[in-house]
Amino acid sequence: MIPLRSRRRAINAFNLTMAVLTTVFGVFWLVWILWTTLSHGIGALHLSLFTQDTPPPGGEGGGLRNAFVGSLILLALAVAIGTPIGVLAGTWLAEFAARRRLGSVIRFLNDILLSAPSIVIGLFTYAIVVDPGGHFSAFAGGVALALILIPVVVRTTDEMLRLVPGALREAAIALGTPYWKLVMRITWKAAASGILTGVLLGIARISGETAPLLFTALNNQFWSTDLARPIANLPVVIFQFAMSPYDNWQKMAWAGAFEAMAFILLLSVFSRLLLRRGIHRS
Amino acid sequence: MKASEAAIAMQNGAPSAGQAWRFPADPLFRKLTGGIALLVAATLLAILIALIGEGWHALRVFGWRFLVTGTWNPVSGQFGALVFIVGTLISSIIAMLIAIPVSFGIALFISELAPRWLRGPVSTAVELLAAVPSIIYGMWGLLVFAPRFAQIEPWIDDHLGAIPGLGVLFRGPPMGIGMLTAGIVLGIMVIPFIAAIMRDVFLVTPAALKESAYALGSTTWEVVRHVILPYTRTAVTGGIFLGLGRALGETMAVTFIIGNSNNLAASLLMPGSSIASVIANEFTEATSDLYKSSLLALGLILFLITFVVLVFAKLLLLRLERGAGSRP
Repeated sequence: MIPLRSRRRAINAFNLTMAVLTTVFGVFWLVWILWTTLSHGIGALHLSLFTQDTPPPGGEGGGLRNAFVGSLILLALAVAIGTPIGVLAGTWLAEFAARRRLGSVIRFLNDILLSAPSIVIGLFTYAIVVDPGGHFSAFAGGVALALILIPVVVRTTDEMLRLVPGALREAAIALGTPYWKLVMRITWKAAASGILTGVLLGIARISGETAPLLFTALNNQFWSTDLARPIANLPVVIFQFAMSPYDNWQKMAWAGAFEAMAFILLLSVFSRLLLRRGIHRS
Repeated sequence: MKASEAAIAMQNGAPSAGQAWRFPADPLFRKLTGGIALLVAATLLAILIALIGEGWHALRVFGWRFLVTGTWNPVSGQFGALVFIVGTLISSIIAMLIAIPVSFGIALFISELAPRWLRGPVSTAVELLAAVPSIIYGMWGLLVFAPRFAQIEPWIDDHLGAIPGLGVLFRGPPMGIGMLTAGIVLGIMVIPFIAAIMRDVFLVTPAALKESAYALGSTTWEVVRHVILPYTRTAVTGGIFLGLGRALGETMAVTFIIGNSNNLAASLLMPGSSIASVIANEFTEATSDLYKSSLLALGLILFLITFVVLVFAKLLLLRLERGAGSRP
């Protein structure tokens, strides 16, 4: 019979070792995925990626210019639609509904929307924009991405505004400032870096989204900046190219994946730094 | 906050006698922001209505049998959701079997074991894993992981396939892609989400509770097992369900790896399909109205399943927040 004391110690040592091993296991996948994307992506990088459009099936050469531009257009559309809506809704939650029941209900529903599957958001956009309009369009893609961006912005705006000290608001009200001016000139300003972080994290989230674009922006093999027509975009091109049997397409998919990954990771790291600085100051 | 709210109430009240009429900027601002907040919350309802509307055709034709029919045949116009519902559940269960213990270990490591200098980097690494877009998981899974996994599969077939009863789950040709591969990649994808929540809730366990247990001579594991876990149990479950919600609705990674077969196979090594993967694969090819409507009805089912799981998760997570607020 092993003495109780050493048995307890053995269990402790075993479980803690397992914790360390699982952490190594988790980080191992990250390293593997990063390494794969990096090694395949760097090899496929070429200046023509930025100067030429996507090649036809089985074609040689070509680039991803139309996909990059299309993705940027979709992101810009999503930010233009999503940021004002998200910031205003978040402002109401933080400034006018801090202790109201309706506020917590909306906060709850927003959190559900935040985690809702993006493919469902895509189908919803198909139902409200594409189906009535009769055709796939870049505009619909922008709406779908905006719907994914909005809950992220609502949540961070709400959280960041609630961090602004109440004394600031009281001081402004004591000077006779109308509330709308107080919000726009003082609390928004105080929480600006936090709100910006929310938007940046939201952009990082939507720039890799593929599923909702399949039913909205679709894809376009050619150069197009027309918002009323299907548009090429990086995630769907990566999907199409990676699944294809053509060597040239697969190479290009890796290059695109590398670009997307670098963009998203840099954005995440940058916004985290911004957030840390903002909190330090306040 | 209280004082400022009182001040707004005063400002919003009727202007005192003799004061000139002023443009009601404050009430307008309040109504505008409030209206938009309501609109955001109403999106969920709008999604439900829109998906019911679009899927109505299929639901009317097939009725409740849509849920229990296993045939999905676009040529003959026969559609049933069963294969995809089961595929979604099985791949998510495999994912959770991997993700729950690993996330727990990572959270434990970050919150209790890691030296201070290592805590930040490991946390950041886990968060970056969450930021990697799902299409990259899918690509990596299909082009890098699946070929390697195919080399292990004969071993799985030989050893696990020999288990009486359960063995049927692990027999099959070594294709690399399939239900098991999809479940594994899905598991890797949800690890960071669950681990981040577990870490956050482990860190809110009051230090006094942990210190008293240590003072009584507990080992670190005993503190985790008998103090931290009981204190955070509901929130840990909430985090697990949040991860499950994510796994159920994940599309791109699964579409790449699951194999896209519309038949249900007993073996996990065989290809299958999930709700999300069949929608992603077939939506643009759906030519007939009934076909498209059936795919949208699948979307409705997915929405309802994830909605229930997410509401449950959020309610559990809220309970810890409230509890932590009321405790001294």
